[in-house]
Amino acid sequence: MKTYTLATDAGDISYTDTKRYFWMASLAYALIPFLGIGAHALFGHQAWLALPLFVAYVIGPILDWWLGEDENNPPEEIVPLLEEDPYYRLLPMLTVPLHFASLIGAAYWASTQALSWWGVLLLAVSAGIANGLGINTGHELGHKKTQLERSLAKIVLAVPAYGHFSIEHNRGHHRDVATPEDPASSRMGESIYKFARREIPGAFRRAWAIEDERLTRKGISVWSWENEILQSYAVTFTLQISLIATFGWLMIPFLAIHNFLAWWQLTSANYIEHYGLLRQKEPNGKYERCQPHHSWNSNHKYTNLVLFHLERHSDHHAHPTRRYQSLRNFKDVPRLPNGYNGMFPLAYVPPLWFRVMDPRLMALPHIDGDMTQVNVDPDKKDELYAKYGVAGLNGNMPTTEAA
Amino acid sequence: MSSVYECPGCGYQYNQDLGDEHEGFAPGTPFDELPEDWVCPDCSVRYKEDFQPLQ
Repeated sequence: MKTYTLATDAGDISYTDTKRYFWMASLAYALIPFLGIGAHALFGHQAWLALPLFVAYVIGPILDWWLGEDENNPPEEIVPLLEEDPYYRLLPMLTVPLHFASLIGAAYWASTQALSWWGVLLLAVSAGIANGLGINTGHELGHKKTQLERSLAKIVLAVPAYGHFSIEHNRGHHRDVATPEDPASSRMGESIYKFARREIPGAFRRAWAIEDERLTRKGISVWSWENEILQSYAVTFTLQISLIATFGWLMIPFLAIHNFLAWWQLTSANYIEHYGLLRQKEPNGKYERCQPHHSWNSNHKYTNLVLFHLERHSDHHAHPTRRYQSLRNFKDVPRLPNGYNGMFPLAYVPPLWFRVMDPRLMALPHIDGDMTQVNVDPDKKDELYAKYGVAGLNGNMPTTEAA
Repeated sequence: MSSVYECPGCGYQYNQDLGDEHEGFAPGTPFDELPEDWVCPDCSVRYKEDFQPLQ
């Protein structure tokens, strides 16, 4: 393990990143469909194609529970050295071609093997899980300031046909996060299925509106090659049309399922990252700056390694351009009880999600039972005020809002 | 009046002489003329009024 040392007036400061080589987990995870393909080739039964799903949703949460949490932070003085280290910069870039390989490999296997419909489905879902992680790679790269990293973000986001993400996320979600206006921040009482119907079209519309505004300022039509959304979509078009031309009509449902599954991974992450959290409006009508208590966090080791520290979400929103290896754990921020792979299945069963998360939300120190501090689904407002407002944790309930 | 303003969060600098071509602000566009609801184009965390003059 590499140790960074900095000489200061107060003496030497040293830091060893114990996770340094484990960050390569994200490279392995990008190739997860090949785990199922390999097992199928070796053992013969197409049920083995479900192995990637088993790893994602059973092994992942168990590893997070078993390996536990890592609360270590690099010293602030060492952060510039970490940010400059080319090793860390290289890893997200190296995963970009692997996401192409995952989709092409799964498509090849789906069209060349004698599989029944559910074998093809498992392959499409596995590739979708891998390329949902591709959106995460695009997220890490798209936040950076170098042209190379921003271009690679557009390329990797093209694999699951989500090229509008960088603009939508960087310029839309980060500006509006934890407000009722943000289609990518979930509200208390809103199930993930209702959220997806608001988030997926809302994010698409916001990305196009932001890009249209930028290009209009430049006096350029939105239908030009300077449109960064269209640049990414052009890569998607080339890739996915080539797959249909090469492997036949089976690719149409295969790609539709793959794309949707990748989007669904993002929807799942967006759903759990800001559930119910609310920034307050200041007297000038603007929202308060995003604070650490406006994001849910997890320090679970395994999923943080796979996701480039995405789960240290408060620091990400405080410093969106900070690189993954430098993101910090903060004390006293909203915490999820498991990593993302454990929280996703919980979100897919809304009654369980509400049972686990609503009391946790209401007990946060800055909310402390006060419903006015919560981003509530308007359709569920009366019901939730009746449940938590009146008999809330401290009875701190605005009477005018009573059901 | 300063012609360079810096985002206190991420270090992005708006230089009036250079403008920001990518964002559609021509060279010579004063900081004051940027939209009032403008946020830092790199981090989107800081508002226009958070920017600090450098020179």
